[in-house]
Amino acid sequence: MSARPSNMRTPLGRVRGYGSAKSGTDDFIRQRLTAIANIPLTIGAVLIVISLIGRNHASVAQILGSTPVAIVMVLFIISVFYHMRIGMQAIIEDYVHEERAKYPLLILNTFFTIAAGFSAIYAILKLSFGV
Amino acid sequence: MAEAKVPAERPLSPHLTIYRPLLSMMMSIVHRITGAALYIGTLLLVWWLLAAVSGPGAYASFQSAAASFIGRIVLFGYTWALIHHMLGGMRYLIWDTGRGFGAAEREWLLRANLVGSILLTIILWVVGGYLMGGLR
Repeated sequence: MSARPSNMRTPLGRVRGYGSAKSGTDDFIRQRLTAIANIPLTIGAVLIVISLIGRNHASVAQILGSTPVAIVMVLFIISVFYHMRIGMQAIIEDYVHEERAKYPLLILNTFFTIAAGFSAIYAILKLSFGV
Repeated sequence: MAEAKVPAERPLSPHLTIYRPLLSMMMSIVHRITGAALYIGTLLLVWWLLAAVSGPGAYASFQSAAASFIGRIVLFGYTWALIHHMLGGMRYLIWDTGRGFGAAEREWLLRANLVGSILLTIILWVVGGYLMGGLR
């Protein structure tokens, strides 16, 4: 609270009695939503990876770029990376209490998951569109 | 709000060190550790996909790294972490519905999580090993 207080009431005192803000459970719900999605998508991705073991580059590139495989892989990556960002945020918030470390780590977490996730999606789409 | 320079020595609520290790507690810790490991492990997934898109040379170097002794150990650990975290997630989803909290069901779910993750990992690697020798 850097703003000058306009009165003597505490922040808690000012909001008490108004009920919940009807938010704050977003991450909880999305963690479970992505967890549910991750189950079939992970099974699909594992089957795809197993079927690609030992194949040469041309074959792998062709199969990864085929429509059903590319769709499953992109959905898998979106759901997993979203889930990952929430999970790592919970870990950081649980163990890092020093604000000078906590906020940079939270920012880094978002940057890492978006950068890694988009790199993976870019690769699959490029294979799929053949550009 | 001014911050005290030296935090006062206050009694803390009991933490990990005071409890007898329980299976549910250890599995909760392992769930978090496997989650964090998978987070780092996605770099392998990104490497694999970028290698596939970069061309035969890049893909060959990924393949030789993955097939190396250290590569296989890392990938085996990654497989186990993935399966363990997925089965653990299913356990938590069951618990989210309010079911499975009785002593017997709880212990069964925890054991099924652990044993299932090891068995499934071995099965996947046996299948993968066969494909490695066969298909092309």
